[in-house]
Amino acid sequence: METNSILETIQMISEEKLDIRTITMGISLFDCIDSDGEKARQKIYNKLMTKAKNLVKVADQIESEYGIPIVNKRISVTPISLIAAASGDKDYVAYAKTMDKAATELGIDLIGGFSALVQKGYQSGDVKLIQSIPRALTETSRVCGSVNVGSTRSGINLDAVGQMGQVVKDLAKVDPVNCMSLVIFANAVEDNPFMAGAFHGVGEADCVINVGISGPGVVKSALEHVKGQPIDVVSETIKKTTFKVTRMGQFVGDLASKALGVPFGIVDLSLAPTPNEGDSVAEILEEIGLESVGAPGTTAALALLNDAVKKGGVMACEHVGGLSGAFIPVSEDAEMIRAVTAGNLNIEKLEAMTAVCSVGLDMIAIPGDTTAETISGMIADEAAIGVINNKTTAVRIIPATGKKVGDEVEFGGLFGKAPVMAVNTNSPANFIHRGGRIPAPIHSFKN
Amino acid sequence: MKAILTVLGHDQVGIVAKVSTKLAELDVNIIDISQTLMHDNFTMMMMVTWDDATNFDTVKDSLSELGKATGLDIRIQREEIFDAIQKL
Repeated sequence: METNSILETIQMISEEKLDIRTITMGISLFDCIDSDGEKARQKIYNKLMTKAKNLVKVADQIESEYGIPIVNKRISVTPISLIAAASGDKDYVAYAKTMDKAATELGIDLIGGFSALVQKGYQSGDVKLIQSIPRALTETSRVCGSVNVGSTRSGINLDAVGQMGQVVKDLAKVDPVNCMSLVIFANAVEDNPFMAGAFHGVGEADCVINVGISGPGVVKSALEHVKGQPIDVVSETIKKTTFKVTRMGQFVGDLASKALGVPFGIVDLSLAPTPNEGDSVAEILEEIGLESVGAPGTTAALALLNDAVKKGGVMACEHVGGLSGAFIPVSEDAEMIRAVTAGNLNIEKLEAMTAVCSVGLDMIAIPGDTTAETISGMIADEAAIGVINNKTTAVRIIPATGKKVGDEVEFGGLFGKAPVMAVNTNSPANFIHRGGRIPAPIHSFKN
Repeated sequence: MKAILTVLGHDQVGIVAKVSTKLAELDVNIIDISQTLMHDNFTMMMMVTWDDATNFDTVKDSLSELGKATGLDIRIQREEIFDAIQKL
């Protein structure tokens, strides 16, 4: 019996908050398409209830027997814009309600896939889906939506960018908190288990299990043992630590996939923070040597962290996928919140950070009077970073209706609270209103 | 079923006795045991096995009851999780 390694594992789980952030079952809905919307929704409901019948039970059993917390059980489905398009329905809110009903009855935390892929243009289903987003996400509690507005292969759909700025505003008008269920992507991935951006891609199998791991606290704690040592040692330490963390993801995914009789898709080896103390990505950056996240050097430290996480994780599991890297959602990271409140971190620095980490401007509250065009401008900038650098980027911002810089928006639980951040108020309206499509970037002559 | 039992808490008379009596009641066999004091904190690890017919949760629940009654942190986890992280 190797007591030291047993104690190390127990410490990682109980003190450093290593957890499985989510087991996400990806379910294809292509066989639910029907020209009659009512029939399509019935088929969707039946398929979700059948495929995911045992998901919560199996996850709870694994959690109990192995002593590893599994924080969320989730489902992702084929983008509804593709499934509902054949139905002739005028809006797709009823589809979101069907998803919500199934998720509630199954005991699933979140269900993603109220999504559209419009990087190059709209099909009829995309138009209706995007129009339905504000109501769909307001009238349901567990449904998450996403829209992909750009890709390295096809450029950026500026019409969609313009429209999504307004959708975010409309969603915030009812309740700003609803905005946390909507992500606007460039280069969206098809096997992401994390919400709000999870959907089950068209190239995926009928049903798969994807696992998202987390554990910023474990990395932070490991780095505390190498204070003052060269940056190479920091990188090595992160690699070794994420290797162990990712092994846990592989292990749990294997167990869940066998117990459910569903193929194991991927492990998403992301460092996803929570508002709990000691579960913060910003604290890792500060442990590397920054007085506060946001200081000059932040982007470099984050680039090293993100890269070392991938290097450590890829060897630890059969298939890596999803977003895989370090997340920097402001409201979900206690140290990020502190840095913003203290004036050490602004949106411009966060934007720079998104160029080197997974995802993008995430869970950021902005003043309620920010215009739709300004939000579109922010979406366009993030999309450009993703499209040019051949990586996924995303925007999940919350216009805090009726609030101004310095106020706070409370999301509760895993999602934390967000201090309202200042946004540059110079208008990009004429740029956004041009519409059309920003062409795909050239893949040579890179400088 | 093979599992690792860990007991952490303030040192007191009879911890090993209480835990092993409970395990015997549950028909759980101890195959390895290690015990130490770290800064006055009692730390014990046991590798245990039992017949698969006995439900994991039954064992787990009666051990946590014992933990509550004695003010000790008693946890039990299936052994494979430690191998998954620590061994290639």
